[in-house]
Amino acid sequence: MAVLDDHVFAISQPEFLRSYRACLASVLLLRPHDTSIFSRDSTPAGEVHSLGIFAIAITAGIFVSVAILLFYTVLKYRRRAGDINEPPQIFGSTQIELAWTIIPILLIFVLFLGTTRVIFAVQDAPKPKNALDVTAIGHQFWWEFRYPTLGIVTANELHVPLSEANAPMPTFLKLTSADVIHSFWVPRLAGKTDLLPNRVNEMWIDPHETGLYEGQCAQFCGAQHAKMLLRIYVDSPEQFRSWVATQQETQQSHTSVEAATNALPTNATPAANAQDNTSAITPQQGRRVFEEQACMNCHTIAGTAANGRYGPDLTHLMSRDTLGSGIVPNGPQNLLAWIVDPNNMKPGTLMPAMHLTDVQNKQLVAYLTTLH
Amino acid sequence: MSTPTIPVAGGIEGALDRSHAPAPRGTYLDVVHSWIVTVDHKKIGLMYIGYALIFLIVAGIEAMVIRIQLAVPENHFVTPFTYNRMFTMHGTTMVFLVGMPILFGFGNYLLPLMLGVRDMAFPRLNAFSFWISAFAGILLYFSFIGGLGLTGTGSAPDMAWFAYAPLTERAFSPGHNVDYWAVGLLINGIGSIGTAINILVTVFSMRCKGMTLMRIPLLGWIYATVAFLVLVAIGPLTAAQGMLLIDRYLGGHFFDTQAGGSAILWAHFFWIFGHPEVYVLVLPAFGFANEIIPVFSRKAIFGYAAMVGATVGIAFISTSVWAHHMFTIGMTSFGNTFFTLSTMLVSIPTGIKTFNWLATMWGGKIRLATPMLFSIAFLIQWVVAGLTGILLSIAPFDWQLHNSYFVVAHFHYVLVGGILFMIFAAFYYWYPKMTGRMLSERLGMWHFWLMVIGFHLTFDFMHLPGVLGMPRQIYTYEADRGWGTLNMIVSIGSLVQAIAILIFVYNLVHSYFRGEPAGPDPWDAWTLEWSTPSPPPSYNFAIDPVVASRRPLWDLKHPEDPDSAFE
Repeated sequence: MAVLDDHVFAISQPEFLRSYRACLASVLLLRPHDTSIFSRDSTPAGEVHSLGIFAIAITAGIFVSVAILLFYTVLKYRRRAGDINEPPQIFGSTQIELAWTIIPILLIFVLFLGTTRVIFAVQDAPKPKNALDVTAIGHQFWWEFRYPTLGIVTANELHVPLSEANAPMPTFLKLTSADVIHSFWVPRLAGKTDLLPNRVNEMWIDPHETGLYEGQCAQFCGAQHAKMLLRIYVDSPEQFRSWVATQQETQQSHTSVEAATNALPTNATPAANAQDNTSAITPQQGRRVFEEQACMNCHTIAGTAANGRYGPDLTHLMSRDTLGSGIVPNGPQNLLAWIVDPNNMKPGTLMPAMHLTDVQNKQLVAYLTTLH
Repeated sequence: MSTPTIPVAGGIEGALDRSHAPAPRGTYLDVVHSWIVTVDHKKIGLMYIGYALIFLIVAGIEAMVIRIQLAVPENHFVTPFTYNRMFTMHGTTMVFLVGMPILFGFGNYLLPLMLGVRDMAFPRLNAFSFWISAFAGILLYFSFIGGLGLTGTGSAPDMAWFAYAPLTERAFSPGHNVDYWAVGLLINGIGSIGTAINILVTVFSMRCKGMTLMRIPLLGWIYATVAFLVLVAIGPLTAAQGMLLIDRYLGGHFFDTQAGGSAILWAHFFWIFGHPEVYVLVLPAFGFANEIIPVFSRKAIFGYAAMVGATVGIAFISTSVWAHHMFTIGMTSFGNTFFTLSTMLVSIPTGIKTFNWLATMWGGKIRLATPMLFSIAFLIQWVVAGLTGILLSIAPFDWQLHNSYFVVAHFHYVLVGGILFMIFAAFYYWYPKMTGRMLSERLGMWHFWLMVIGFHLTFDFMHLPGVLGMPRQIYTYEADRGWGTLNMIVSIGSLVQAIAILIFVYNLVHSYFRGEPAGPDPWDAWTLEWSTPSPPPSYNFAIDPVVASRRPLWDLKHPEDPDSAFE
């Protein structure tokens, strides 16, 4: 996975901006884990950024004026030792009070006009014909991503194409939830939008740079709200096309597991070879465990009988970089630890420990690691 | 006292009741009994304040658990389950068991004294309201040991203080955590409504002779407005909690999205309560500033009529801004625009108040005693809180900042930098009246400076993780996000604040026994409470006072230049 495409970066930003941003990024030591709202890499985030800077400038101006006035007043009019006379009593002044009513009204008017423009520009932006459609569904405590036009279902790691100025390809997200309220927030790309059960919200992004963009759930949703992490991979057009092609394959078409499992004797005849030996650590045996235990009730593996919708789709599990909604890197060791006791790695997760034997767990990992 | 223009019946000798001698103390049991059966507004006020201080310590400890957990990334100081209970109970406690009771306590204590009357309009309702609220607080905290039993943290609420549906439905919150929260606050609401009615009636129909509406001390106007807001706000919350309980136990589907209910409906109900609630808490802080700043600047409040208008204006506007808590929930662009504008409008009356306080100080002779120091810190911190509020009112900016630590910093700036600082100021100002002894000024200085340092370390730096993308209500965070150092600074600041508050509590106890005797009027102030002995006798005034201006004691002390000549 290419993290940053410097060439694209260079043509989309003036030189001084580029060095300023690179400098800022290196000072904060954040990229690609940078989740600052001021690292704007998409139009919605950029619009908010400009408006935010404008508003901060106005409010900072007000703060400085009032602070200077206050400290000047305290210093100048503090009572000197021994002074026991009362100062002249002044009860008010209509002109002065009108002035500090009208000036704020004018400032607010200006801020309001700027705000209104951005609200409509971002929220009511027309959807281009070539926009990519994605449906994001929040679950306790992971993300489901469905690409209705491409027939892809994945989890926790969203892949979207780069949207260059000369070839815009924004991604329009429909957001909903399977259980409680969640909120989709990847600060570098856009503000957050909530995912509500029984309702569909919309948002859009048009990332200007390839790479990984991180975020997380921003609406308290239960025990593991903190570990409902979100990763968006912005791919170059070629990368995205090849990712789509991989994801569209079903497991039937590129593993030999199906045939092997069909060959299994159904009447528990003693196995003649390693493939039929139920204690052999093989993908075939792992698949058998997956389908005979409860795994397939909650998880889908396209091309097999497993079609549960409660947990993440595992069809291309190994194409994902992380497990458990971003909590650990994906790999056999973590996968095994996760299957043995999910609640140990993520207390409060809804996936139960299935209390399988060590052999069964290893067989499962052997199977799952074939799901590229 | 030869001139007949003195506006208090019996002249200053009539106002300053020096005949009072403290009643002999009974046995320990007699004292407890007298407090339990009392209908005296002063004793009820003090019980409210004491009750709130106890919960201030409890919720403060919860805050410390939160800050220890977040001081470093991937911390395992507490489990996620405990952490979620800590922040839920911290928020709920601070709003319902600290903020409202302490402000009701000061209101109860001060209003009859400032209005020149002998008690609240309904003394028995007053006692009832206090005791039912006290029971509600105990019920809420019983959740730690009740319900599922003494297992860890019991079934304390763990769904955040705004308790968004459908997380609170039984499908997602089995057990009794939500029930404790809903029933506890529902009962607490009964007490709040009782007190609100009492305050409204007291202010509008229980004033001494000569105290027209435009001569009420501003604190009276503030409390009348607050009482009105409580009546407006608590109703929807109580209704929503009733609906939630119907959902949970009687098969209702108001918020049950799996059966066609609406999650947004709860959010509307909650914030129609929630935003006026902010002003219920902050307006009394303004009220304290309205009393303290003039006395310590030695000048009358600048623009009394504008201050009254601004107070009422804030109350009206605050009932139309609730959905600014919901900019990310998926409102239409028109809805977002409307609530942006209505929210921004709050800043106009608030700005008027700020500038009027500044103008009151301008040209005065400012006495930098602890009440005034806290008030000055309040002023500047309140300005910051208001300005970050304007940033958050900008719907698109809120799409980024909503539910981030920036918001947490913003509302703590309001609640701590604004309200708590003014509550401290009020303690230093009125403690002499309540106990007859001054709070130690030396300990007060330690308290003030440590509080200022701790506050700014904590809440200035807390804005930054929010800008860097840190959401609120997370029990831990990733080490690679760059939030670690900032959170450590925030945690250190909170420790400094905790030390400051312990010094304050020590000061309260120490000064009660060892403080300098205060006398009736230690601050050379102008409102009627200072014409009574400290502490005032149960009947408040030996002779019903008669006033001819907003500052009756100024008139008494300056017969050559009375306010009454200008009104």
